[in-house]
Amino acid sequence: MTHLDLLTFARGSALNWALIIFVIGIVLRLFEIFGLSRKADLATPRTHSPGSGWRTMLARSIPPPGMLKRDPVTYIGGYVFHLGLLFAIFFFAPHIEFFRSMTGLHWPNLPTALVDASVVAAMVALGMLLAHRLNNPVKRMLSGFGDYLAWTVTLLPLLTGYMAYHHLLFEYTLMLSLHLFSVELLLVVLPFSKLFHTFSVFISRWYNGDIFGRKGVAS
Amino acid sequence: MKITQKAEIIPGTVGEGLAQRGVTRREFLQYCSTLAALLALPPAMAGAMAEAISKARRQSVIWLSFQECTGCTESITRSHSPTLENLIFDLISLDYHHTLQAASGEAAEQARMQAMKDNDGKYLLIVDGSIPLGNPGYSCIAGISNLDMLVETAKGAAAIVAVGTCAAFGGLPMADPNPTGAVSVGDIIKDKPIINVPGCPPIPVVMTGVLAHFLTFGGLPEMDALGRPKSFYGETIHDRCYRRPFYDQGKFAQSFDDEAARKGWCLFKLGCKGPVTYNACATTKWNDGTSFPIQSGHGCIGCSEPNFWDAGSFYQALSMPVTATPSMLAGAAAVGAAAGVAITWHNRSTKAAAKAVHEKVTVQDLTREVK
Repeated sequence: MTHLDLLTFARGSALNWALIIFVIGIVLRLFEIFGLSRKADLATPRTHSPGSGWRTMLARSIPPPGMLKRDPVTYIGGYVFHLGLLFAIFFFAPHIEFFRSMTGLHWPNLPTALVDASVVAAMVALGMLLAHRLNNPVKRMLSGFGDYLAWTVTLLPLLTGYMAYHHLLFEYTLMLSLHLFSVELLLVVLPFSKLFHTFSVFISRWYNGDIFGRKGVAS
Repeated sequence: MKITQKAEIIPGTVGEGLAQRGVTRREFLQYCSTLAALLALPPAMAGAMAEAISKARRQSVIWLSFQECTGCTESITRSHSPTLENLIFDLISLDYHHTLQAASGEAAEQARMQAMKDNDGKYLLIVDGSIPLGNPGYSCIAGISNLDMLVETAKGAAAIVAVGTCAAFGGLPMADPNPTGAVSVGDIIKDKPIINVPGCPPIPVVMTGVLAHFLTFGGLPEMDALGRPKSFYGETIHDRCYRRPFYDQGKFAQSFDDEAARKGWCLFKLGCKGPVTYNACATTKWNDGTSFPIQSGHGCIGCSEPNFWDAGSFYQALSMPVTATPSMLAGAAAVGAAAGVAITWHNRSTKAAAKAVHEKVTVQDLTREVK
């Protein structure tokens, strides 16, 4: 099998199966979450708090007073990583072409050099966050296999994409294939791991904000 | 200065042939300098090349054409007369070539047998076209199957040059579903040095450059993992493309005739396979250095790569899936929804069953607890 054959497989059957597992997994888990349902809360809300759920979706993206100073690595690293990843996934021209082919939607891209810089920033942030996780006794105690798996499968697409673009380690066709395989690994793992927060984070924030609002806790 | 005036002329050599044709030493050195540059050799090698080539005997070459379209021959013959590429035909003795030789039928086959006999172990075998293994009748020459002719002729060859993607990697005849069972030269011949010069067709100067290297050094140039000379196939077209800065700036043509295309922006979104294609098109170019496909407005189709024909649409960007479609995703979503409903039903049943068997703690239970 030549490198181009490997790339064709990565863009073909392998990608098909990864996408199928990804979509089935995401839809299935969303059904599972919404299908759990709750009993109707018949009690009168303690406070009148319209929009509490929606406010919380935003409020929890901003550090509470004092927390940024207390744990700058987690907050700044988190911001840099998530924004870097966002730019890399959604504003690199080849990636937009992928989304266009699958959804028909497309939007303007960023210059490749800017995307490249955002990937570097995201990878540095991931490295710092891992170091922090390992050095901080509380974080280390709270971390399990799922956390390290999520970290690894998130880093790999960034790393292989960066290496492919800069022609590092392997020749481009092979590295591009590895990049696609790493993305496919991410697609398969995402619905069934902590990375599902990509889809559930705002749902759970809305729910928490709403329920706490009814119980009189400020969002 | 003419070769005939100063250089030592040895009878029967290339130098004698050049002298007879009135090729000047300056012209010949210029030619060797060009070749040295193309082969990524130091400039000082030009003199050594000129020396070696002019003293070499005309290299016997047998050219076999199998399942092919004659595009490779078209390419090599369309090097521009009287450009320097044509000199290569003075450097070699092309003893057998269907399309170019005057002889036909038995006489043509006799020429091949004679060349094989006279130059046993020394002749260079050039092959274009793939070899069908499905049925010998798919492609025969003078009643001889391609497979038999290749095996027979390869026996006494010093080296084999597989010209074109069909000979090098199977090419178009091997494209799915490969109805003739086509294979490459390298799939059959295992005991001879083989150099692949792929392309559909290959660039003329790449073919002649490889021949010149063989004549100069008596061996094959440094090759990559696919048996291609690194001097021509060492870098991707994308990396040497004059439109590359537009890729880096994120400027792309969206269609073949939009404003961006007219400005010469990158053709990646229109399906250009330059990023994964190793060839010299962007540097040596075609038609005497006039242009190459990307320069004339069409993306690279990746013709010098194995199985390029089955590597997805020529007009889909490299980052697009080969076969995945939105309807496939919709189907997956439907399956996910059905599975989600089933799981939800199961969860609720479990919850209801637990509720049904649940016994509430009564006052009596508490009383018993106290005791």
